[in-house]
Amino acid sequence: MSETPARARRRRAAPVLEVDGLSKSFGERAALREVSLDVSRGELLAVLGPNGAGKTTLLSILAGITRPDSGRIDRSNGEVGWVPQQAGLYRRLTVEENLRLFARMEAAEDVEGIVERMLDQTGLEKRRHDQVSSLSGGNQQRINIAIGLLGDPSVLLLDEPSSGLDPSQRVRLWEFVAGLAKGGTTVIYSTHQIEEASHYGDRLVVLADGETIFDGTFAQMRRAAGPRPKGSVADPENDFVRFLRGMGH
Amino acid sequence: MRWLLLKDLQLLRRSPLVTGLLVVYPIVLAVLIGLAISRGPEKPRIAFLNQIPAGHGLSLGTGGFSQQEARRQLCAKVECVDVSSRAEVEQKVKDGDVLGGLILPPDFISKLQAELGTSGTEPATVDVIVNNDDPLKAQVVDDRISSLLTQANLLLSSKISNVASDYEKILADGGEFTIPFLGQTVHILGLQKSEKALDAVAASLPPAQRSRVTRVSDFARLARQNLALADSLLSSVRQPIAVDKQLIGGSVPPLDTFAVAVAAAITLLFVTVLLVSGSLALEREENTFTRLTRGLVTRTGLLVEKAALGTGAALLVTLLLLAAISPFESIAWGRIYLIVPAILLAGAASSGLGLAIGAAAREVRASALLAFALALPVAFISLVPSGTVSKTLLDVIHVIAGAFPFRAAVDALSGALSASGPDLGLPLLHLALLTAGYLVLARLALRRFA
Repeated sequence: MSETPARARRRRAAPVLEVDGLSKSFGERAALREVSLDVSRGELLAVLGPNGAGKTTLLSILAGITRPDSGRIDRSNGEVGWVPQQAGLYRRLTVEENLRLFARMEAAEDVEGIVERMLDQTGLEKRRHDQVSSLSGGNQQRINIAIGLLGDPSVLLLDEPSSGLDPSQRVRLWEFVAGLAKGGTTVIYSTHQIEEASHYGDRLVVLADGETIFDGTFAQMRRAAGPRPKGSVADPENDFVRFLRGMGH
Repeated sequence: MRWLLLKDLQLLRRSPLVTGLLVVYPIVLAVLIGLAISRGPEKPRIAFLNQIPAGHGLSLGTGGFSQQEARRQLCAKVECVDVSSRAEVEQKVKDGDVLGGLILPPDFISKLQAELGTSGTEPATVDVIVNNDDPLKAQVVDDRISSLLTQANLLLSSKISNVASDYEKILADGGEFTIPFLGQTVHILGLQKSEKALDAVAASLPPAQRSRVTRVSDFARLARQNLALADSLLSSVRQPIAVDKQLIGGSVPPLDTFAVAVAAAITLLFVTVLLVSGSLALEREENTFTRLTRGLVTRTGLLVEKAALGTGAALLVTLLLLAAISPFESIAWGRIYLIVPAILLAGAASSGLGLAIGAAAREVRASALLAFALALPVAFISLVPSGTVSKTLLDVIHVIAGAFPFRAAVDALSGALSASGPDLGLPLLHLALLTAGYLVLARLALRRFA
């Protein structure tokens, strides 16, 4: 029996991660200033912004790697999985050995079962005995994400997951991530690519100079950016740049 | 933590070069040291040119030296390569075919003979040819030939004192004496018989004359008694300085045991430091450090895991080295209960050093370079013996060497391998303190590791 849209909305409405007033400085430089956000179950949240906006700092704090100077994070509604930008894998171990090692370290109850599930989910069963170093960047990123999922997290944090991938690898990656969200995993990812965010983000949070300057859907952001100049083509990137300029960035 | 340890072993299995190095390095080192210990030093090859005319020997009283005897004595100490000309000597030295050249000039014996007969105007000289390209080699040749000439001089002194002793005996006791060079034999009455003859004559003389003869007889007795003292004086000329060695500064293991301990400590230090520093730096290069320390393992736990890996590897390679060296040098396996703790603590301290290097360098190549750059000179200066450098420099060396595990590892292993080696307590405590200190340093360096 398929879930009704109303039930799905209700299910998704409950926040799995709540962030309130996060601030972080590195020396004199303020990387984050009073950032707050709530994320619901199964939501795909894109964190956008120019270089140095504070995207990676925000994700590092949410992952528990970096300590905030002030603010509060409520992760009480489930585990938070984290996927670093550069694949954190042992390249001389096989796909299967990497999954098994991290599953054991996560103290998974059924190690072999979860390894099989991840191999199935990533579509890499046939390459299970291949050393990670022999895989393409896209496949390495899939294993990278799969390891982030081993602890069965309710929230998955992806730091620029598509950087360094070719267009077809990106499409496959986002299909994989969208499938996770469909299954109920909340996905928060940082990206430079507004097109990816507009396609694969339920919601966008735009950071600039450590501050949240926008929190809403892509359509809302486009409206906030104002009308397109006459003769310009419809392009999410142009809309985003217009929005940033309009906000003084 | 055990899964991480298993993972590191898996990675080692996938790196045949590194694993091969871990196994082959101690075996090769052990065989080289074993051969060096068991064979002892080779005789140096010396080009020998004898220009003295055949049949000329050194006459000393009733005895002397023939050329054959002198050559036999010389060539017992070095390997003599006979050559026919000075040019050939120079060529062989230049080519490195021989360590040096020794030339006895034609007038050597006549000058020596004249010198011994006190009529010589210039000393007898031998020519030594040394290749000066290599200062170390030149020093070795100088030392060897100086030692040979000292021995030759001692031998001559001994012969001369023997001849003098014979003369003294004839003078005191009387007997037949052949005059050198003339070959004429004469009878010597001797002081003892002279004294008896004078005493007999004195007894038959009137008192006024008797006292004068008695004075001559007293002189003969006094001379004979003093000549008896000359015997011991001549003995002391043969070997004027005797050695009475007294050991201070703790117990010393046999040289072979010390060599084994040095080999084991070098192997242990290099293998462990390289393995551990590389293994830690690899966690960062593979971007797994942040993933691991995000909750799967604590930073201290990760350091302990790497230290366990290094200590285990140290135990394995050092036991392998000792086993490989066994055919050449007797290893006191009965002291294994001391050998294992010494290896474990030396391995732990070396692992600690590897962790500090790996955490500071943060890259595998940089850590390998740093490991070599630190371990090699430290091993070298740790073996500088006291007395070879100034006291201030030695104090500085002791402080630097004390901050690294090599010297303490050598002492611990020497003490474990031999009952006559140094006490184990202090080196083991030193190694334990170094382990703790390095772990603290590595933990601090990990703050900026990710």
